[in-house]
Formats: sequence, structure tokens, C-alpha cells
Amino acid sequence: MPAMMPRSRFSLFDPSLDNSSSKADSDEGGMAGNTTATESSRFYDERARFNSNLLSGPVTYEWLSQADEARLNSSAEVFHTVHDKAVLSREAMNGDNSSSRFSVIDEFNFWRQKPELAEAVAAIKALTAVIRRSEATTMMGLEIELKKASETLKMWDKTSISLSAGCDLFMRYVTRTSALEYEDISAGKSRLIERGEKFGEISLKARQTIASLGQEFVYDGSVILTHGYSRVALALLKLAASQGKRFKVICTEGRPDNTGLEVAKELMNAKIPVMLILDAGVANVMGQIDMVLLGAEGVVESGGVINYIGTFQTALVARSMNKPVYVAAESYKFARLFPLDQMDMSPTPRVVELAVPEQEERIKIHTSGRDYTPPQYLTLLFTDLGILTPSAVSDELIQLYL
Amino acid sequence: MERRRVPDPKVRQVGFVTPGTTDVVNLAGTLVEGASPSPVLIPPVRITDGPTVVVTVKAAPMQVPSPTSRKHPDVSVHPGSFNLDSVLGSSDTPSSKVGSHGESLMSSSTYIEQQSEASDFATVGSSNMSHVFVPARVTALSSGKNNPPGGSPPHNPVNLPVDKGKSPMAGQDEQVKENKPLKERTSKAERRAAQEAQRAAKQAAKAPDGNNAAAAKAAPRGGNQTQPAKGAKPAQQMKDTSDRRSRSVTWSSEKGPEKEKKKDVPAPRMHYDDAERVAKAKKRSLVEQTETKNRVELFRHLPQFVHGTQLPSLESKFFLDEAMHPHPAVYKVGLQYLTGELVGGNARCMAMLLAFRDMIHDYSTPPEKLLIRDLTQKINSHVSFLNTCRPLAISMGNAIKFLKTRVVNLSDDLSEADAKATLIGEIDRFIQEKIMYADKEIVKHAVQKIRDGDVCLTYGFSCVVEMILIKAHKLGKKFTVMVVDARPKLEGKRLLNRLLSEGVDCTYTYINAVSYIMQEVTRVFLGAASVLSNGTVYSRVGTASVAMVAHAFSVPVMVCCETYKFHERVQLDSITANELGDPEALVKVCGRRDLKYLEGWSPEDKNLQLLNLTYDATPSDYVAMVITELGMVPPSSVPVILREYRRELPS
Repeated sequence: MPAMMPRSRFSLFDPSLDNSSSKADSDEGGMAGNTTATESSRFYDERARFNSNLLSGPVTYEWLSQADEARLNSSAEVFHTVHDKAVLSREAMNGDNSSSRFSVIDEFNFWRQKPELAEAVAAIKALTAVIRRSEATTMMGLEIELKKASETLKMWDKTSISLSAGCDLFMRYVTRTSALEYEDISAGKSRLIERGEKFGEISLKARQTIASLGQEFVYDGSVILTHGYSRVALALLKLAASQGKRFKVICTEGRPDNTGLEVAKELMNAKIPVMLILDAGVANVMGQIDMVLLGAEGVVESGGVINYIGTFQTALVARSMNKPVYVAAESYKFARLFPLDQMDMSPTPRVVELAVPEQEERIKIHTSGRDYTPPQYLTLLFTDLGILTPSAVSDELIQLYL
Repeated sequence: MERRRVPDPKVRQVGFVTPGTTDVVNLAGTLVEGASPSPVLIPPVRITDGPTVVVTVKAAPMQVPSPTSRKHPDVSVHPGSFNLDSVLGSSDTPSSKVGSHGESLMSSSTYIEQQSEASDFATVGSSNMSHVFVPARVTALSSGKNNPPGGSPPHNPVNLPVDKGKSPMAGQDEQVKENKPLKERTSKAERRAAQEAQRAAKQAAKAPDGNNAAAAKAAPRGGNQTQPAKGAKPAQQMKDTSDRRSRSVTWSSEKGPEKEKKKDVPAPRMHYDDAERVAKAKKRSLVEQTETKNRVELFRHLPQFVHGTQLPSLESKFFLDEAMHPHPAVYKVGLQYLTGELVGGNARCMAMLLAFRDMIHDYSTPPEKLLIRDLTQKINSHVSFLNTCRPLAISMGNAIKFLKTRVVNLSDDLSEADAKATLIGEIDRFIQEKIMYADKEIVKHAVQKIRDGDVCLTYGFSCVVEMILIKAHKLGKKFTVMVVDARPKLEGKRLLNRLLSEGVDCTYTYINAVSYIMQEVTRVFLGAASVLSNGTVYSRVGTASVAMVAHAFSVPVMVCCETYKFHERVQLDSITANELGDPEALVKVCGRRDLKYLEGWSPEDKNLQLLNLTYDATPSDYVAMVITELGMVPPSSVPVILREYRRELPS
């Protein structure tokens, strides 16, 4: 077994980071500005707004705990302000369009605010709300209305994979349920609503299923490398720890969102020994690692994953050192996309803080927030459909969508 | 026959052969005990001539190269032999090693032929040899020594214990001995065949039918084959297309379960190196295809016809025999296949379906016959007609399968007119849905993958790829196209013409330059004749090379293929199933009067074999995605689509 480094080396407690706290403060102010910045994609804006615990720029430990407290105490409050804002904006728009368009986005944001509820599920819940509110008198009319709503949602945040996957899944269910054609409108509606409600449970269940399937792969004394913040991966690790398995986790810092800090904190609370490394230090520690555990923003047709930037290089290094790479992802993240390379994805620009003087415009900054990991670098996918090889993803997708 | 084999050894090394491999073989016989000769040796597909060992032994003297002529290239190509030998303390001169190297090829070929007999060989060949590989070498080597090729004697393997003069004899003895158990096995097969024959004869007595009688006669003959594998299943072997037709018609009423069992077994392909069956097939066929005498080693199971000889006899037959008439529409399409006027998987398939549509339209059930049975039979005979014109494409095979299931699934209470209308509707729907609409969908998907500034490479002419490129151009995308072409068909010119008339920016080059231009390419679009269930792409010859080069440059290769062309078959090489083109096409180079070295070529020339392959198989590793009408999928998902798609079919 490779020796674990002493805990004192955690960068969380590293005093050298403290001097950057002032910068973090300024980031807080900058975050409001982020939403107006045109070059940043909505995906990251919204994330920054809702997950205020995920911060950009170097962060101190105090800062984290503050943010955490704030989140615990006033998550409802935050929601209200956002909700109000949306309502206000709707009023400002003077209702020039059908109200359903706005309400679906509001609904979506409302559901997304709930902790533990995935984006895809929030989308489905929002679409369910559309059904509830619908005044359509025929199933066909309802379908058209739903389609419009889902298009609106998708257009609202084009870059979110799980949002569009969730919309597609629900639409697919609506159009494919053959029984709907013969039922009257109210019965059909209630059936669809019921289905939408169920999805929330399924979402939570999926995470549990994945955790219980995947924890088998964690064995005593193993060292696990994670990259990016993934609720599923965290659930898996926590479950494994709760079963008395003794293992260590190394997580990357995860610039620019510093997702690693969040992961480290949660793991620390779960009493799992954890070590933070720089994103650039992945290859450095790869030799001591037994497996790489990742989450995914989307799982694509080829069996590859789209995930937080840095995933690809982590997987590449792991492959070259023959370490298994496992990806934990719920099946509603499966998307009918097939990127050929890194450039073949819809661009997801985000604000990246680099130590470049702002007036220096000759230096361009690469602002992609995610990357695509081809399937040949992944070992297995932990999904609620079971443990899949990457090539089985397409199988499931074809069955799901065709 | 024997002489011809010599210049073209039975063993051909394919794939990525490292220079050291053959040397390992060389040593394997002498030093490494029980080592397999080489992982990449391909045994001949089928050995029809009897005493193969004797044949090769006779051939051996010629195989041994004269050291003076072959020494240097070999030495330079395989430096490993020096190193290995020196390490092992051998004191041979280079020339002797070269000789032995040449033989090692030879001996390994012998080895393959003898593989089944090798174990006995070891015991007979000598008393103190423990491993199976050596005897084969012994025969080869010693025969080489019997006729010294004018150079230094070949490399003498360590501990060669057998008298060199004796060993070929030993080989022959062995062959005789070897025949014994073989005969026993055949007799068992014969018994089965006889049973089959009796059964068939009974049938013939019940319903006297020419074909049936032929089938009965064929049964014992099938059993007589010396090949054990062949003799084991004579009934299966006989089932080439029209035989099966006549049998299934007669059996369908009486032997339901048996028929179903037969149905599960895939019909074996016609092997054109089996003289008897070829002769039988010829009797039935309408198009008289003269086979060339000189066919390329490894590809003898594929038909190779002399082009341009069929037409007169075909016409005379057409007007002579009423019963053999194909429908004029089908006849026309067949001729178009024959002359090469109609090419391309989609075009051929659509033409065939439209011809069948006409045929069904004009069809009327003869008295006292059932439409379902009679029409199936009729379709079968038409298909075999088309098959003699040119081997069916996989797309056509799938379409025929579709049509036949539709005919069989017709309900009995439909009137003839209704049944015909249903079938015509089905054919129209197939063309619309599976070909036209599928192409549109493929274009829709593929266009997304072309971005501004892309350089798209395509090879040959594929109608879907053409549609994709033109559509992308019409959408205002700024990209350039590299059309890669290859002799002798030069299909790419057609694509080039279309693209230029649309105003697409093009580069035209031959496949020779593909490794150079690939570094500028960002996307490769290829068409396919079929995608097989292991993801192998079966397409026009040259596709594999283009895909491999693209893969080496990490350029994504996208194969555009409609799902109706997918096939359950698994194929690992381009040999087992392929089509031979006109060898004459290789002889003439258009526009080059000075290249007339091959002009006097005759098919009778024993020393020249011209191989004009039509298809090749691209391993799925080189394919990034397959674009189908169902979306873009990795090649590993082809079996999934096949599975899900078959579920839609009622049968």
C-alpha cells in the first residue's frame, strides 16, 4: 500500500492561502457581476448563483464554513430572492408572451433550489407543473404545450446537458406512452403528473442504487482520487465509509470552482481521510492511487463523459498508469450527444480567474468549463441501471430513445 | 497446378507483421519447443486436392531461393535472424541463414496443411522427436537438400535426427496412413448422405421434379468429399439457393419442424473452388458466366468471371426457354449490374426493388398454386438470376429478406389483387423509409459534425456522403473537401464533378497520397456497403487504408450507413467474403499508352495472377462513429441496433 501523506499537508489548512482571502472577498462582489458578463455561459452563472458554496478564486477554510452556514440557514431565503427576481423580471417584461414560458423557468429554478434534487429532475418537475397549469383540452394540445415549454427550458440554458436530457426523457415518455391516446385529457394529465412526481423519488433512489453498487469497488486500504464535485460520487464514498471500509481519498483542488475544497470538507465531516492536491498534481500522485472516481455532467452516446474541466487529463494519466477510472452517473444524465473531440461540444465559456492583468488583452484566456473524456479512458460506469461498460451506454440510450 | 503454387506461397502474412516474426518461426522449428509458428499465418480456406503434403514437397526445391538472388534484401529486412542466431551460438554463414529463412516460410505453409496430421507425424517421422512442428520442417528442408539450389546448403537445424533422404517418404507414408481415419469419418458421413438421398428419393417419387432429382443425386456426391468438415454435414452443404428452394417447397407441407431447423442454419455461401457444385449451378443459371482459369490464391472460393462473354448466350437463352424468363424489368436491372452501369449499394438495391415491384405488379398466380409459395419461388429464381449477373450486395440481401418475409406473412384470405397491392405498398415503404428517409436523417446528423474551417476527406463515391457535403455547403458552412480516389474505378471523379458543380471547394487526389494529405484533414466521411455486427465496416476496397491512416493521425472517421445495410455477420478479414472485379481493369491504364507491359496478358498465364478486389473490411478500432438514421452511434452499438431493429420485424 502506498503511504498516505500526513494530514498536516492539507492545503485547506495551509496558511499560505490565507493572504488571498481579500481576493476572495472581492470575488464575492465579482460574482454578481458574473451574471452580467456576456462571455460566461448561463450554466455557470446559474451554478454560481445557486450553489453559492462553490466559489471561484482561492478560498480559505473560514470562508467555506461561513458559506456553509449561510446555505444551511437561508437556503429558502436565497430562493425567495431569486424567485422574486424572476417574478419581477416577468412583470418587467410586461407579460408580452404566454405566461407558461416564464413559469416553466421559474418552476425549474424553484425545484433546483431543493438540495439533493438533480437538474434533470428539476426540469421534469417544472414540466409537470406545466401540465398541471395547462388549459389544453386535448392530449395533442397538451403535448404541443409541453414541447414548447421544454424547448424554452432547453433554450434558457443551452449548455446544461442534464437539463436537456431530463426534458428529452420526459417528452419521450409523453409521446411514447401509447395509453395516453385513448384516455381522456384529465386522466392523461393525472397520469403524467404522477409520473413526474415519481421522477423525484427515482432521482434520489438512483443515487442510492449507484452508491450501493459502486461501494463494492472500494476496498479496505484503497486510495481513491476524485476530481470535481459529484453528489453521487460523494454518496458512494460516504456509504462505503459507513460500512466500515477504511480508505483514503485524494481530491484535486478543482480550479476554478475549487470543487475539491467542498469535497474535502464533506469527506472530512464523514471522517474519511482526505488529501488535497493541485489540479496539476494528478500525475504526481497517480502512482499511489488505486482507482479514480469521477462524476459526470453528461454521459454521451459513445460512452464517454462530459465533466468538469480536468477530467480528461485525469483519466488520461490514470490510463497510462493502468489505474481504473470509474464514473458514477445517474441514467438521466445520458444524453444523445456524440462529441468527436474537445472542440465538438457546445461552448461553455465561464469566468476564469487567472493571474493576468486585466488590461492585458493580448493574452487570451481559455474559458472552457468542461471537457470530454473519450470512452477508451474509462473503465466502468456506475449507473442506476447497473455497472456498465462505456460501450453499453449506447445500448441503453438506443433503448431509451428509439 | 503444383508449379503455380510455387511463386505464390500458400501462406500470406497479413496485418501488422513485425520483421522479427518470421525469424521466430525459423527458430521455432529448430530450437523452441512447441512454439506456434506465427500468430498471423492464415491457413488456406479449403484444401480440395488430395495429397497436399506430397505436392508441397515436390514444390519445395523451387521454393528454396538461390542465395545469390535473395540474400541481401532478406538480410537487411530481417536483421533479427543474425542477432538471434549469434546469441544462440550458431556459426552459420549469412547465406545459409537466408536459405533457411526462405524455407521457414515454406515449412510453415506445410505445417498449416498438415496441422491435423501433425501429431501422427511426430510419431512416424522419427523416434526421438518430441514436438510436432519439426517433422514438417524436415520434409521441407530435406527436400531442399535433395535438390541443392546451387548455393551453400541450407541452415541445418540443430539435432536433426532423421535421414534426410527418407523423410519425404515418411511424409508420404504418413499421408497414406492419415487417409485411413479420414475415410472412416467419411463413411459415417456417407451413411448420413445415403439417408438423405433415400429421403430425397422418396420425395422425388411423390412429386417428380427435376430439381429434386438433382438434389437426390447430389446427396451421395456431397458425402464423398475427402474433407472431414465437409463430409460431416452433407445436407447442409447441398443447400445452395435454388436447391433449397425446391426442397423447402416440397418439405414445407410435410416436415414443418425439420424445415424450421434447417432455416436456422445459415445458407452456406457458394464456394467457387468446389468444381461439382459450380458445374451444378451453371446448369441452372441463365447467364452463362465463363470462369477464368487463373484465379488468385486465397480467393478461389469467390467467383471470377471472364467479362464480356455472357451477352450473346444470354440473349439466346432468354428467348429460348419460356420457364427461365426473368421479368423484363429484372432482366434489365441484371444487365445493368453485369455491365457495371448500376453501382453503389443504395442504387443497386433500389433498382432491384423497383424491378421486383414491376414483377409483382405483372404477376398472376398460376392455376392450382398458392400465391405465397409461387411468388416466393419466383422471387428466388429472380434473385439467383441477379446473383449470376453480379454477386448480391449485402444491402440487396437484406432487402430480399425483407421482401420474402412480407410475402410469407401475407394472410391467406387476401385476394390476389390485395396481396399484390400490399406487397407493392411494402416495397414502396421500404424504399421511402429505409433508404430515402434514412439518407435524409443521416445527412441531418452528419451535417452537425461539419464546422467552419473543416477539411473533410472522403474516399470514392458514396451518395450519402455526397448529400452530406452538398447540404453542408448549402447551409453556408465554409469547409473544403478532399476527394480521395483510386484506380481502377475512379468513382471519386463522379463525386468531384457533383461537388464542383455545387461550388464546393475541392482537392482531388489518389489514395497514394493519403498519408501525406491526412495531416490537413479534420474529418473523414466514408460510405459503407455494410456494417457488420462486430462493428467491422465492409466497404469499397481502400476504405480500410484510408481509415487506418486517419486513425493514425487521430482524425475521426465517420462512416455513414443506413441501418438496413447492417448485417449480423461477423467478419475479421477481407478474404472470406468479397467480390472479385474484372482483372482486365488492372491491365489497362487509361491515358497511359506507354504502360503496356501487361497488354498481352492471358488468363492462362500461370505466373501472373491479377487480383482486383471490390470490398475490404475495416476493423471497428479505426471507426470513431457510425452515422445512421437512428443517430450517431459508436461501432460497438451496431449489434444493439440489429437487435432492436429486428424486434420490429414480425418474424
